[in-house]
Amino acid sequence: MPAIEAPGTEEIHPDVALVERSRSGDAAAFSQLVRQYERQIFRVAQHITQNREDAEDITQDAFLKAYEKLNQFQGNSKFSTWLTRIAVNESLMRLRKRKTSKTVSMDQDVQTDEGSIPRDFAEWRPNPEQIFDQGELSDILRRAIQGLPPGFRTVFTLRDIEHLSTEETAEALGLSVPAVKSRLLRARLQLRERLSRHFKKRKQEGSAV
Amino acid sequence: MTCTDFLSKLTDYFDGQISPELLDEVREHSAACHHCHVVLDTTRQTIEVYRDNEIYTLSVEFQQRLHTAILHRCRQGPPQEDAPAAPSPDARHR
Repeated sequence: MPAIEAPGTEEIHPDVALVERSRSGDAAAFSQLVRQYERQIFRVAQHITQNREDAEDITQDAFLKAYEKLNQFQGNSKFSTWLTRIAVNESLMRLRKRKTSKTVSMDQDVQTDEGSIPRDFAEWRPNPEQIFDQGELSDILRRAIQGLPPGFRTVFTLRDIEHLSTEETAEALGLSVPAVKSRLLRARLQLRERLSRHFKKRKQEGSAV
Repeated sequence: MTCTDFLSKLTDYFDGQISPELLDEVREHSAACHHCHVVLDTTRQTIEVYRDNEIYTLSVEFQQRLHTAILHRCRQGPPQEDAPAAPSPDARHR
């Protein structure tokens, strides 16, 4: 995993200097970090909670919490990974507060292979972006990922949407690397299956979904 | 390579973490098995369509509110919590 190196060894991540300045109360430096990662943190929170108001609250809380804990950030990992972990934990706490049986646990439904075994073997031609306008496509993508168990959609979000490495995802979620790989495979296959229904139907019928 | 073996290698294949020998086997199987070829192609498209389309975006109003809150906190002084008993937040979801 690409880690922030100690001075004098390897290339130093630009965030290190911003973190250092922020520790001494430099508001401009911390605001820069917020601007760099606010979209990512919001998307992660929104994907986990599936609720915009919650995601906004979590984003603000995560940055404020990160600020208070800056002296605990030791640079063993990227600042963004450390921050993401804070946001994931805040998001999961928010889910638990809702106490709805469908969303309480990151581990719920992740032991099953249901939906991960390919059943639809239709090709997607032309590709979805050529068929749907942006609004329709976003709606389909939102509905498909909302249907995944939280433990799957969180791994998919960090790896495939936010581009964290497998190791960074494992660190942010407190999972092993094999667990991340296993969940990622099943998340990708389940999403493929869900999207295939829409895209195949559109292709066959030539009409809106 | 069976179809089950093929599926189990998909994540490593997409992540470029596969040995040259296994990569050859994956490609051979994909060329010979239409179903697995479709699964490979549509899974690739699944990843790409999510990467290329941002489905959740920040509102300008929230961004302004966030930055106001951050500046308000920073003006009160540097972080107060001491370094470090615990190196990172807890992992209650583990």
